[in-house]
Amino acid sequence: MSKPMPRRILILGATSAIASAVARELLASHAQFFLVARNTEKLDSVRKDLLTRGAGAVTTCVLDLDNTAAHEQMFSAALQALGSIDLALIAYAVSGNQNEAQTSATAAAAILHTNFISTVSLITWLANYFENAHRGTLAVISSVAGDRGRKSNYVYGASKGALNVFLDGVRNRIDRAGVQVLTIRPGFVSTPMTAHLPQGPLFASPAHVARGIVKAVAANKDVVYVPGFWRPIMFIIRSIPEFVFKKLNL
Amino acid sequence: MRTGNSEPSFQCWGRYPRLRANFIPLHWTSDFPLSSSLGTSMLPVGLGRSYGDVCLLEGGTLLGSTGLSRLIAFDPQSGLLRCEAGVSLADILDFAVPRGWFLPTTPGTKYVTVGGAIANDVHGKNHHVAGTFGCHVPRFELVRSDGSRFECSGTQNPEWYRATIGGLGLTGLITWADLQLRPILSRKIDYEGIKFVGIEEFLAISRESAQTEYTVAWVDCVAQGRNFARGIFMRGSHSSRAEEFVPSRTPHLMVPVEMPAALLNRFTVGAFNALYYHRQLSRRKSALIDYEPFFYPLDSVLHWNRIYGRNGLLQFQCLLPENGDATGITELLRTIAVSGLASFLAVVKVFGSVESPGMLSFPRPGITLALDFPVGRGTSFALLKRLGSITLEHGGRMYPAKDALMTPHQFQTFYPQWQRFAHYIDPAFSSAFWQRVTAHV
Repeated sequence: MSKPMPRRILILGATSAIASAVARELLASHAQFFLVARNTEKLDSVRKDLLTRGAGAVTTCVLDLDNTAAHEQMFSAALQALGSIDLALIAYAVSGNQNEAQTSATAAAAILHTNFISTVSLITWLANYFENAHRGTLAVISSVAGDRGRKSNYVYGASKGALNVFLDGVRNRIDRAGVQVLTIRPGFVSTPMTAHLPQGPLFASPAHVARGIVKAVAANKDVVYVPGFWRPIMFIIRSIPEFVFKKLNL
Repeated sequence: MRTGNSEPSFQCWGRYPRLRANFIPLHWTSDFPLSSSLGTSMLPVGLGRSYGDVCLLEGGTLLGSTGLSRLIAFDPQSGLLRCEAGVSLADILDFAVPRGWFLPTTPGTKYVTVGGAIANDVHGKNHHVAGTFGCHVPRFELVRSDGSRFECSGTQNPEWYRATIGGLGLTGLITWADLQLRPILSRKIDYEGIKFVGIEEFLAISRESAQTEYTVAWVDCVAQGRNFARGIFMRGSHSSRAEEFVPSRTPHLMVPVEMPAALLNRFTVGAFNALYYHRQLSRRKSALIDYEPFFYPLDSVLHWNRIYGRNGLLQFQCLLPENGDATGITELLRTIAVSGLASFLAVVKVFGSVESPGMLSFPRPGITLALDFPVGRGTSFALLKRLGSITLEHGGRMYPAKDALMTPHQFQTFYPQWQRFAHYIDPAFSSAFWQRVTAHV
């Protein structure tokens, strides 16, 4: 089930390594972009990269998406620039500091706010927009960490797990309106977010992950693990009985 | 040199020597200078295609630049491309070829970064007409560890410009560069292969081909007797017949594991060379071929360095000045043939007189010979030492980007300007190569 490449693209968290790579993959269609991110200079270098590589038009908006009060205004600016939206990609998150988050509920709440609460605000607006339009793709970058809580990163994992459940519900609601809701679950990707981890053979490049995402959009998928080998790995992880799992060092 | 059993995270292409360093990936040009001081020396690295230790730094910090992968601007009228320094030549080709532009010159692999190509001032099959890579980089930005930034060109900060081209990454981090592309009408190369026997015949064909844009020769470094120094001279130019541009395919062949080094020996290599030489039946063969197999025959097999086994490979590339006779190159080839240690990847080429702006650049007029040897089998270290001495005796020089064994005496004789260059080294930067060749004799 292939569908036309999206041409009017909204990216929230556009300076993330995966988001930039997805944007490059979508250039073939001379797409128009509306890019939102916090850092003016980084956003500008992403804009120049896409324009040089052949994007039809690139509009940028500097905004900290934690600030949910500003979402409404950002969306009207996006609609004004793009006319309509074919694909919205939500691509920002913080990994947070697990040690800090397990001793301070405030620190945990900050992670949950960025990765879940502020994202819920965006998804709510976008779900309503796409439902009314009876078309479009809402793609959200979650994580394999949301598949099961582990002691090494369960606050981050919980934010992504909540996001997965929320997206399941949204999909159940607006699939019948002809809208694709894609939950993207990447494993380890070589990005600034993982720069502090020792890079092993399980790490994938942002470009590789981006190709997987664009394929999943074209194939109208619901949930995609990128790279694909994470699907069986996470199946096994989810299948371990809790009385065993709770003893593991993961 | 090895510490522990696990592999270092960043290796040079020859996988010899193996040195350990911290690795910090840079994602934005503003990531450098680093926010906190490391207390170790630093060295920017790209895709790790240089063969020896110019891209290594034992106990230091390697600044991975491949995250600096953004294009900044392109002028479709003039073909001037501005991009971040971690952009690879492969990425530039994917971008430029469909628009009718090509690299001004390219080494034998496209998996190198622009920053690495400048730092090693790489050359290609068109050196005799186009000069080095640095000749086509009119401007770049250099950022030093103290935070100072220099926009460098032939007229703006010209000394920094000259020191950084061929400066082995030691003068600071190159953040972006301008690259002057050249127009093409099709992906195709008008190719001609000509068989030769002996260096005299190679030189005669080189002279006859002085106007052809790309020239290089494969030479059989195993055959002796009447087949001594036989080879195939390969020349070509961009096809002048306009043709639609189709995108490149991603390679899918890969050498998945290290192969036993013993597979490469005098007999297998000799047999391969005989087959390769006789594959072309007629003395001359012409064809219209794609640029990929012409420029990058080895890029179609990812990780080809693994055929050399776990010990890795040593590359040797030298240049002998033109002095009218071929005694130096003949002595090198004879020494190699007698040793029986050569692999099949041996090339010779005549360099031209286009001068590079680079202070420490390797190429200058003369004949260059490049080939590789498996590490540790038989007497490859002794052979390379001998080849270095022959190069020195004939007033030649060796290529840092392909070296793991040059002595301080050799380097300082090959590059007498090294002390002047040393003034431009960033005080926080160093490399294993630089430490080795500037050690007190």
